[in-house]
Amino acid sequence: MTLKEIIEILDATVITPLGDEELNMDIRSACSADLMSAVLYYHTPNSLLITGLTQAHVIRTAEIAGIKTIVFVLGKKPDIYSIELAEEKKISLLSTSLCMYTASGRLFQAGLPGCLYK
Amino acid sequence: MPINIDKEIEGSFQIIGGNFVNAGEASTQLKLLLSKLGVDEEIIRRTAIATFEAEMNVIIYAAAGRMHYHITQQGISIKVDDMGPGIEDIGLAMQEGYSTAPDWVREMGWGAGMGLPNMKKNSDIFKIDSVVGEGTTIEMFINFP
Repeated sequence: MTLKEIIEILDATVITPLGDEELNMDIRSACSADLMSAVLYYHTPNSLLITGLTQAHVIRTAEIAGIKTIVFVLGKKPDIYSIELAEEKKISLLSTSLCMYTASGRLFQAGLPGCLYK
Repeated sequence: MPINIDKEIEGSFQIIGGNFVNAGEASTQLKLLLSKLGVDEEIIRRTAIATFEAEMNVIIYAAAGRMHYHITQQGISIKVDDMGPGIEDIGLAMQEGYSTAPDWVREMGWGAGMGLPNMKKNSDIFKIDSVVGEGTTIEMFINFP
């Protein structure tokens, strides 16, 4: 699923500037979590992170895990420091007014699987 | 593919307890170094996750700590020692989901009780030693393929 499709499905606002390369990025799985260790434990590379936390260490977690896109739920937006950090690390940030359950459900219904594996 | 380094590389990072703003900086720098050396992506990912979890533990629980790394043709060894409260029951702390983190740490997205299991999962060799009231030392080794 491309990032462009994800933006449409979640009716998401784009926080960091996105070019064609980012919009056409192929995302194959998603992970919904507010616990960063769970993200580090269960993620797969190039997955999408759906979270309600906006602090800078969420961006760091994504970078460490090789996650290229983060969607913040409930209309949340990170502070300017986190946005700049994301831009520096080439991580795309989106925000949706949907709650985590609905955002995850919509993407799953559209064919994006979860990233859980052990 | 084995990496090609002329000589062994070692260095260390100081980690300050409670400094959440720079949390992950040491692991990010180490990740960058491994990337420049041409280390396999999967090895870099495992190393970064293991060191990030160790770094977060120092930030969450300790006053200060140090992460030392040593890179050879065979792999990377990492030693993280801290001036923290120590762990009373290491066996319990190694169980997935067990955590002594306070609520404010959980609200920040940490303290899920996955940190130590995550370090062990991503290392080829994992050792932990802790003395209550003195601190904790974690040693990890990750083989290069």
